[in-house]
Amino acid sequence: MADMSDLVLDVKNLRTVFFTNSGLFKAVDDVSFTVRRGETLAIVGESGCGKSVTALSLLRLVPDPPGRIVGGSVTLEGTDLLTLDDAEMRAIRGNRISMIFQEPMTSLNPVMRIGHQIVEAVRLHRNMSAKEAHDLAIEMLRLVRIPEPARRAREYPHQLSGGMRQRAMIAMALACRPALLIADEPTTALDVTIQAQILALILDLQKELGTGLVLITHDLGVVAQTAQRVIVMYAGKKVEEASVEALFAAPKHPYTRGLMASIPAVPASDVAPQARLNEIPGTVPSLVRLPAGCAFAPRCKLAIKRCQEEYPPLADWGGGHLAACWRAAEVAEVA
Amino acid sequence: MFAYLVRRLFLMLVTLFGISIVIFFLLRIVPGNIVDILFAAAGYVDPADKANLEKELGIDQPLVVQYVHWIGGFLRGDFGYSYVSEKPALQEILPRIPITARLAGLALLFSASIGIPLGVISAVKQGTKLDYALRVVSLSGLSLPSFWLGLLILTASVAMFGQMPIFNPNPQTWLEAFATYAVPAAAVGFRSAALTMRITRSSMLEVLRQDYIRTARAKGASDAAVNYHHALKNAILPVITVIGIEAAFLIGGLIVTETVFNIPGVARFLVEAIRWRDYPIVQNLVMFIAVVVVFANFTVDMLYAVFDPRIRFTE
Repeated sequence: MADMSDLVLDVKNLRTVFFTNSGLFKAVDDVSFTVRRGETLAIVGESGCGKSVTALSLLRLVPDPPGRIVGGSVTLEGTDLLTLDDAEMRAIRGNRISMIFQEPMTSLNPVMRIGHQIVEAVRLHRNMSAKEAHDLAIEMLRLVRIPEPARRAREYPHQLSGGMRQRAMIAMALACRPALLIADEPTTALDVTIQAQILALILDLQKELGTGLVLITHDLGVVAQTAQRVIVMYAGKKVEEASVEALFAAPKHPYTRGLMASIPAVPASDVAPQARLNEIPGTVPSLVRLPAGCAFAPRCKLAIKRCQEEYPPLADWGGGHLAACWRAAEVAEVA
Repeated sequence: MFAYLVRRLFLMLVTLFGISIVIFFLLRIVPGNIVDILFAAAGYVDPADKANLEKELGIDQPLVVQYVHWIGGFLRGDFGYSYVSEKPALQEILPRIPITARLAGLALLFSASIGIPLGVISAVKQGTKLDYALRVVSLSGLSLPSFWLGLLILTASVAMFGQMPIFNPNPQTWLEAFATYAVPAAAVGFRSAALTMRITRSSMLEVLRQDYIRTARAKGASDAAVNYHHALKNAILPVITVIGIEAAFLIGGLIVTETVFNIPGVARFLVEAIRWRDYPIVQNLVMFIAVVVVFANFTVDMLYAVFDPRIRFTE
């Protein structure tokens, strides 16, 4: 067990629901995880599995209505964020916990200068003069390796490329040196070459500043390169959690296995190259009408009767490797 | 930028030229001229007298000649004489302009300062009782003609205070001046305020869904900063467009409002002049209004670039 003082974020039994016309759905259902200082935790899953809502729940930015956090705790540096009032929560956002979003093209305010947007983030939380904050903003732009930071600070978002904008977003998110950075698919919208640069930048800065990082992605390649630990989400639930090594060596959940099998261009040595990409059959179920048992059962090759009737508990398979599957023991053999 | 300005200025001149033709010929299409009206009132018509008078006023000449005569004078700054008062047209029009300008300015101020904040509130509180209440107010503003609202205000003030607001031509203090213009300006500006509110609301709703609003919240910005600083700055462009168009529509509203409130401004004067077929007054006054509207549109276009850095006027 790691030293508790090292713990930046401790999420316990988080539950976020949405009230919609077609009914109530559990976007995040009983999810727990921790992040330590300097550690990278990856959250993996398909679109609609609750990754982004989990991230927004940590910042308490789930749009309400229709969404609401209905249970659990989010403890950041010893404070349960879910018990804070709005003003206290605002003092935390952008200060102790920051977020980078998926779309750099639309995540910066188009009518405000880049520098000003960073200055705003700084001055909301630090007692600085406009001049000091401006100097810090330029320093941050330099830190994220934007050439000519003083000139770029005077420009508007539309004058920057997608990669540059994401760098500016990172500069803004890290300007107050947060304890925790949440990156919600930070490279999905970027060119492949830029993706690698941005990831490397985030990891460098994370190391430099000792920030805890929650990296949300659907790209297992990114996970393998960056994270120490991974949680796999499916239909709002955490279905597997493990260290990166353990997860890639022996995934316990058939869904995780399916995700790995569907990575193209990484053919296992004993598998002949195939014409058709691997896929997980079917789609993520509607969160409004979840089956009584395992939500993945309808798509699972290994599903037995019990899977349809009873939800499997998260069981520890050794070394903190958790998986919620009745047939986890057989996954490795069967697949 | 300079090339754009030159081109824009040229287009404005072309527009104004077109307007001058429309004004001139529309006015001639209206049956009767001042001579007909004068002689009809007298009851007896001696065709020779009538022809003499028409000749004296120059309205017996071919239309094209009349037009060239008017526009030539207009360009030289010679606006002719009012048929009715026989005073120089400029002398008749100029003193009335400040009255209408104050009224219009106040009405626009009223519409922006009430419509924009209420539109923001309505959008932020979308779906709440407050939003519904504000939307009803906005809808009523759009449905109530300004003359009807003016009459209601007058009737109500008589019923409640036993008197109605009288136009004070020589207000001594700033406050008196405000009191003189506020009520009619509110009556005519209510519609603009309602429209501004609607546009602000829908524009804000669009903007509040954007990713950068979430970014602003994630920074820790307060609701007020998010709504007024981040969102409104992005939502304001359509609002400016509407206020610009309203500035033109306002003239129409002012004509009836000045009549209802008995205010001696240009708008009511214009109606009088039309009734008498007082060509020099009507032509020059409508031309003046056209110039104001064209420049208002130009200003709005220039404001786009001020509010949105993505808009640049280049060739």
